[in-house]
Amino acid sequence: MARLNDDNVRLAHEIISRYPRRRSATIPLLHLAQEQDGYLTDDAIRHVAELVGATSAEVLGTATFYEMFKFEPVGTYLINICGTMSCALMGAGELMRHAEQTLGIPVGGTTPDGMFTLEHAECQAACTEAPCLQVNYRHRFRVTPADLDRLVEDLRAGRLGAEIPPHGTLARVRQSIPVESAAGAVTPEQAGAPAWFPAKDPA
Amino acid sequence: MSSYPWAAGYIDDGDRPKIVTSRFHLEDGYTLERYQATGGYDGLRRALAKSPAEVHDEVRGATILGRGGAGFPAGTKWGLMPADKYPRYLVVNGDESEPGTYKDRLLMERDPHQLIEGCLIAAYAAGLAQVFLYIRGEMPLAHERVGQALNEAYAAGYVGTNILGTDFSVDIVLHWGAGAYVVGEETALIESLEGKRGEPRLKPPFFPAAIGLYGQPTIVNNVETLSNLPWLLVNGMEAYTAIGTQTSPGTRMVAVSGHVNRPGVYEIVNGTTTFRDLLYGDEFCQGIRNGNELKAFVPGGGSAPWFTPEQLDLPFEGRLVGAAGSMLGSGAIMVMDHTTDIPAAALTLTHFYAAESCGQCTPCREGGTWLERVLSRIVDGNGTPADLDQLLEIGESICPGAFPHASSSALGLEATPFPYKMTTICFVGPSAYAPVHSALTLFRSEFEAKITRRNSIPVTAVHATPETAGAH
Repeated sequence: MARLNDDNVRLAHEIISRYPRRRSATIPLLHLAQEQDGYLTDDAIRHVAELVGATSAEVLGTATFYEMFKFEPVGTYLINICGTMSCALMGAGELMRHAEQTLGIPVGGTTPDGMFTLEHAECQAACTEAPCLQVNYRHRFRVTPADLDRLVEDLRAGRLGAEIPPHGTLARVRQSIPVESAAGAVTPEQAGAPAWFPAKDPA
Repeated sequence: MSSYPWAAGYIDDGDRPKIVTSRFHLEDGYTLERYQATGGYDGLRRALAKSPAEVHDEVRGATILGRGGAGFPAGTKWGLMPADKYPRYLVVNGDESEPGTYKDRLLMERDPHQLIEGCLIAAYAAGLAQVFLYIRGEMPLAHERVGQALNEAYAAGYVGTNILGTDFSVDIVLHWGAGAYVVGEETALIESLEGKRGEPRLKPPFFPAAIGLYGQPTIVNNVETLSNLPWLLVNGMEAYTAIGTQTSPGTRMVAVSGHVNRPGVYEIVNGTTTFRDLLYGDEFCQGIRNGNELKAFVPGGGSAPWFTPEQLDLPFEGRLVGAAGSMLGSGAIMVMDHTTDIPAAALTLTHFYAAESCGQCTPCREGGTWLERVLSRIVDGNGTPADLDQLLEIGESICPGAFPHASSSALGLEATPFPYKMTTICFVGPSAYAPVHSALTLFRSEFEAKITRRNSIPVTAVHATPETAGAH
């Protein structure tokens, strides 16, 4: 049960400063919290609420709307098998049944060693490469049952650590706006057309 | 070589003009160095040499139809903002999640600077004071590429204060989603960007151009739409409109998936390429797998009513496809061959929309779920004869009146054109019904067979892969 650590608080303030309204940073900050702990703890939700100036009920309300946020621990590797039409047409059902057998858990379950969670996912925007899956949201294309077994083996053996970070880590490259070149957040209160934008002639 | 390991899915056989995928064949096309070496940011320079109004006129004149689904011309959309209300914002819709669709993901992963340049041109032309680039949460590679590209672009003076030494200053903020299909709807996208649940707003009054982000005029443009702007500014309106047709100029990225020999994402000439070209053409999908017969296809993403082989000769053109009873949507074709279990295929889509309903509107929240349950029991072999009328009745409560469908000479059906009426705020509810209605209208006997035979014939999965098909 953790609040955001000091590094993440610094990052949170930097992210918040980019938005005209603090509350817009809610989802990015929830991702930070999930990256830190692997899921969203109650303390982290309260902390995010303090940071964005909302109640924790409001932040929880937002968080529960989005599928990527987890409220209890999931495996180090979250395997999402796509089951939407193009993947279903190309054998996603068989792949899911095979994954359940290989991992020894039903869809929605987590292996006892905390290594894998298996989920049914909706369209992952790789429909021509069906059936596809994501491990911690990193794609794998045209996955056969044998591919899946190899993937699970590689993940167990730690061979894909460089490619697939633990669950919660979204992007390993972050945007960083240098202070000297930031145009700055434009709040709704800053009325008036931008400097470069001439008002239209009444004619 | 026509496909590239770094751009899985993308295929560029043939001699077609390229507007948005011109760097996909370059492994390092996403870097600033390569972007600049291949004409990158020249469009921005040309734009800044003109007045914002001149740039806006050029975009309006090019009739760039929105590539996100609705097909509304970008230049016209920019013109809908009230003249005296500032600040105005740009929200970039990179929340691509329509079943069958992917092109925005590739555009963000493979050519992020092109998108950034497009954002800058739009912001300059329409007087947009800040840009929010909203990327779907489940696309970390796109985040990393766009994030890296933004960092490079800031350092090089393309984004931020006094861009290229002018008085044009704007920040582009990379924002990320967290998994919710409905957020691809523009007003839901704005709600989400405000830190809330992604529930669509009622239109009117909440047309984003008038009342958008924080209540301010806001332009929401799709990634592919904006990615067209650099090429347009470099090559000009006439060169742009020389490609495609008068009503649908330029190119479009189309993903063709399912039972074809060579599924792929293709940049095609807008308006003239037919579905037959796409499914059977040598430079495209090269026919149906295993020499099978085509049974049906979804022409414009999971929300679109289905077509059968009778519609193959229609060009990929919005108005014609609309009149024929479907929509082009987001450029996604899903192909079903004759082995496809049609009710089960429809169920995968109805399940999707039922699961993705935000829950605001009762007809969608309840209706979508009921559609899924009734369809599910039919597919499982537990349906009753009354279930088919039940499905249509539920659909009627989401979309009163005639629902669009294709013509069928075999069934003696005339087409009912797009659009439909709906009792919901957004299109998610109707989308849950679209596959049910299409499948039931065009393939009713398959539903009846499942009900009368009560599963005496085993119902397999939607369909097995070619390798495992023989095992059943």
